[in-house]
Amino acid sequence: MHPKRKKRLTLILFMVLGVGSAVGLLMYSLSQNINLFMTPTQIATGEAPVGRTIRAGGLVEPGTVVRDDSGLGVRFVVTDGQSEVTIAYDGILPDLFREGQGIVAMGKLGEDGVFVASEVLAKHDENYMPPEVQEALDKAHKDGKQALEEARY
Amino acid sequence: MSDALCFGGGVKTQLIAVVVMWQWLKQLYHRLGSPKWFYEITTGWIPWLAVLSVVGTVVGLVMGLLYAPADYLQGNSFRIIYIHVPAALLAQSAFMMMAVAGAVYLIWRMKMAAWVAKVIAPVGASFCLIALLTGAIWGKPTWGTWWVWDARLTSMLLLLFLYFGVMALQQAMESEDSAYRAGAILSLVGLVNIPIIKYSVEWWNTLHQPATLKLTEKPSMHPDMLIPLLIMIVTTYVFFALLIILRTRNEILWHERKRSWVKQILES
Repeated sequence: MHPKRKKRLTLILFMVLGVGSAVGLLMYSLSQNINLFMTPTQIATGEAPVGRTIRAGGLVEPGTVVRDDSGLGVRFVVTDGQSEVTIAYDGILPDLFREGQGIVAMGKLGEDGVFVASEVLAKHDENYMPPEVQEALDKAHKDGKQALEEARY
Repeated sequence: MSDALCFGGGVKTQLIAVVVMWQWLKQLYHRLGSPKWFYEITTGWIPWLAVLSVVGTVVGLVMGLLYAPADYLQGNSFRIIYIHVPAALLAQSAFMMMAVAGAVYLIWRMKMAAWVAKVIAPVGASFCLIALLTGAIWGKPTWGTWWVWDARLTSMLLLLFLYFGVMALQQAMESEDSAYRAGAILSLVGLVNIPIIKYSVEWWNTLHQPATLKLTEKPSMHPDMLIPLLIMIVTTYVFFALLIILRTRNEILWHERKRSWVKQILES
């Protein structure tokens, strides 16, 4: 290769590497601010500020969704498998909201540890399948559970 | 791969094969630098690429919109994936191609590379915009919001602005040479954004879900939904190739308009 071209090539490689590492370090130091939401574990360990608007995310714990008798108020527990946080929300939930669904809520953490949300978004996962397949999966899950219970007695 | 190459006879044959391939690549590279060679060889490709793009789009969209089953959770709104994912993939690939072409121009001063980088920029920006818009349309019924400042969406918006920046620089200066060089440098700097877009959903908590199509694992999608998506992805790349070839040919005709071979084409 021509020495002049070689020089330009090394210059470009250094530039790309330099910019890459600079941005990498920046991202690393900012990672807490880039995260869209805090996990229930972060909230439970006291990382989340009380009384400031933040986002909390996790899976809706099955069986914990309690709706008000009047109005749109709803309370549910969100978990990440380790810790839990109770969320109170007064408004219209997204269509995809259901038990076991991942959600991201924006709001404030109260002194009592209840997260009062002003907006709830549903998080979608990367799985796509037709309804019949999901039904078959649910059925297999149920049958398996039944078989397990029958075997127990 | 090494087994297949070893079959004929040992290390020597392999070495020769590598050298031959290297020579061939070098030759191709030098030829690509010639506008006349590029113009002549691509003339025959255009009808094929055009037919493939139309057939692929029709087959992919009909399969995806009419025959693929609805999603168990999202119903029919998931079908926007057949536009969104190919456009988003292409917007990133096009940026990488533009940066590589820019680097070739900076190092070897190959005019063809500068023209290719110039014609890619608006096409890539359009696909980036399509990905952002279809994402917003899908986000409203699925997430409950048009837009959220999470890492994936923000880095994709940054990609659009980088495209705009490169386009602006390519047009900004009196001398074409320095304009192309400035655009090439910005596209090389912007290259750092590509891995950020790709891994944003893994490095940080985002609202956007992780990738469904993975190179190393089975895709987490039913085959009936997956096949139309793969057709649409391949077709989008073919369509992109067609656009880039047509636009590069225009650049060639314009810049070489005083050459005899171009005059001959224009007269005939």
